[in-house]
Amino acid sequence: MFFALGISAEARAADDKVDVAGILFGHISDSYGWHITDWGGNHLSIPLPCIVYSSTGWHIFMSDKIAHGHEYEGLSVATEGRYADKIVETLPDGSISRPFDISITKNVCSLIISAIILLVLILSTARWYRRHDAENEAPEGIAKLMEPLIVAINDSLVKENIGHDYRRYSPYLLTAFFFILINNLLGIVPFFPGGANVTGNIAVTLVLAMCTFLAVNLFGNRHYWKDILWPDVPVFLKFPIPLIQLIEVFGIFTKPFSLMVRLFANILAGHAMILGLVSVIFIAAKMGPVICGSMTAVTMLFGVFMDCLELLVAFIQAYVFTMLSAVFIGMSREEAH
Amino acid sequence: MNLLLPDSGLLFWMTIIFAIVFFVLAKFGFPIITNMVDKRSEKIDKALAAAREADEKLAALTQEHEAMIARTNAECSRLMQEAAAEREKMIEQAKVDAAAQADKIVAEARVRIEKEKEAALKDIRQEVAKVSLSIAEILVRKELSSDKAKAELADKLFDEVRS
Repeated sequence: MFFALGISAEARAADDKVDVAGILFGHISDSYGWHITDWGGNHLSIPLPCIVYSSTGWHIFMSDKIAHGHEYEGLSVATEGRYADKIVETLPDGSISRPFDISITKNVCSLIISAIILLVLILSTARWYRRHDAENEAPEGIAKLMEPLIVAINDSLVKENIGHDYRRYSPYLLTAFFFILINNLLGIVPFFPGGANVTGNIAVTLVLAMCTFLAVNLFGNRHYWKDILWPDVPVFLKFPIPLIQLIEVFGIFTKPFSLMVRLFANILAGHAMILGLVSVIFIAAKMGPVICGSMTAVTMLFGVFMDCLELLVAFIQAYVFTMLSAVFIGMSREEAH
Repeated sequence: MNLLLPDSGLLFWMTIIFAIVFFVLAKFGFPIITNMVDKRSEKIDKALAAAREADEKLAALTQEHEAMIARTNAECSRLMQEAAAEREKMIEQAKVDAAAQADKIVAEARVRIEKEKEAALKDIRQEVAKVSLSIAEILVRKELSSDKAKAELADKLFDEVRS
């Protein structure tokens, strides 16, 4: 609901028409600065460092230098075209090129924040276990909060799906679970430390899915590879035309791909839904007080519902990602019967 | 603004951040927690098993104890019965013995009485004989005047003595 504050300003800024698509994409996609709100015509946003390697070398500057169409050292944010909303370099001949850009964007900043939260949470839990005799003492404080969660994920997902050598994978799967969960939850918080659409960004889910892909295929055992390269099917299906092999190899890539798209699409859709519902209020504002009032009440109701749903989705998606990763890893570690 | 195209910068940072988080947590975070929790649950399992074992032992002991008491009770009543039987037997035996002894004493007494009677009779006979002899002597001395009378007398005396 706090999105309303940010959106109201944008809605006012955009003359008379409410640019719902603009608002939506503005919030969903990455940006160089962390826009908080507009206040009486002033843009209130946190500038973030831009790190760009262009034809003239490295450029490191704060994002407010290039905000609102300003140009800095030949660099600016494109407003349209292929590189819309990205830093581009205007070359001396007037053409535009995209420099190597590893700026600390809003999403990167949010990632760092959530990484710090995660590290503090888990390391302080681990610290309790190092400082105390956990065999004879009940956990307290942060350990009391985290232990049931960690144990639940470790037992019901990791141990259940991977089998006897689950210990090797449980740090990765637990990290993935908590990383996704914290980012999902931060994404629902509508103001500063949260609100970024991190796990709804395909680059983030791509890296996560890639990690699962590596975990599955780097440590896959002989049985796993035999099932792919010489499965137990009638010979004519695998020789001379390697039909099944083709399908199996394709499957190696579709599994992590589905992980990537599932998380991305779910979180993205959740953000879009909430933003869309909130936008309804500002569209209705143009239609007179009666419609606006009733629509506001309805959308508030829906918005609260969606926020609750998103809380659930935040957990479910982290859980599903971890579970499917564990299942895929378990398949790669399965011994021949 | 293509949402489906991963941005290289974000990809770069995400890889680094996730790698750092993963390595730190895999080294200093999760294994410590999960190992400790595993150790604890192992300990709890062991303690439960030990408790169960102790319970079983206790149950077995109680059973043995009860069996022992039952056995002892049986033994006790058996001994009592035996003692009672023994007593009865002893009394019986004593009675029989006493009766036999009494019989024996009576028989002995009887024999002795008989003997004594006979001895007494013998004594009396001898006495009578002596007396007869004395009488005979006297008579003989006095009345041995006639031979006939003497003979008659002698016969008479003789008969008397014989009877």
